[in-house]
Amino acid sequence: MNLLYTWSGIAAIVVASTSGDVLLSHAMKEVGDLGELRKQSGLIKVVGTVIRNRYFLLGLLAMTIAFYGLLFGLSWGDVSLVAPASASLTFVANAVAAKFFLHERVDHRRWIAALLVAGGVALLHG
Amino acid sequence: MTFRKYLVLAAVTLCAAVGDSLLSYGMKQVGGISPHRLYDIFLVILNPWIALGILFLLGFFASYMTALSWADLTYVLPATSLGYVLLTLVAKFWLHEQVSITRWLGILLISSGVGFVTQGPELTHRPKVRSAESAAVRVDR
Repeated sequence: MNLLYTWSGIAAIVVASTSGDVLLSHAMKEVGDLGELRKQSGLIKVVGTVIRNRYFLLGLLAMTIAFYGLLFGLSWGDVSLVAPASASLTFVANAVAAKFFLHERVDHRRWIAALLVAGGVALLHG
Repeated sequence: MTFRKYLVLAAVTLCAAVGDSLLSYGMKQVGGISPHRLYDIFLVILNPWIALGILFLLGFFASYMTALSWADLTYVLPATSLGYVLLTLVAKFWLHEQVSITRWLGILLISSGVGFVTQGPELTHRPKVRSAESAAVRVDR
């Protein structure tokens, strides 16, 4: 039962973290190249545009949920399982979510990179 | 990819690794927080290492947002995962921690992943935009 709670926690962290990354990425694509915008309208205007974007605010909310989910997950399960499993699965989930929700061109090079990094992170934390 | 963009990716990697290290160092100085005094969590920012760590994490967030404004998520995440490698190297050569064969293998996998993704383009070119542009050109003609 405890293992079920732990894996539910890991799943919640992965979903919240992936949603956060996807929403933030979508927000920043809507806003546009920050370097160019800063040159045109100044830093304060750029910050104002970013923090008024609803996808940015939703992304922040999802990231906050992922952070507290990690804290709860670590209190239920072993750190040697929760930390590597959630970090490495998030890399793979991001690749899937970016393909379907952000319509990014995830070619074989990016799939291999996501899997290698996910495996590497699991080995580092494990 | 311009030199400025590589600098932004380096800032994402460095700020995350340095920020996490400073927070970890500061929290070890502060010690455990009692469940009966949870509001102490707000007072930990008075520790200079934690305050500096928060500044670096703000720098991480700003550079991460900047990178996402001109590159795909599936490019930025693997490309900036060298921070994990950096933390392990700091642990080995600065903190003199024992780094196992498994961890060296992890470093090898992450470095290979970064090498793979940075060989390709950083942004997906949208066919919708291209077709809209070509439609506009056709109208102009």
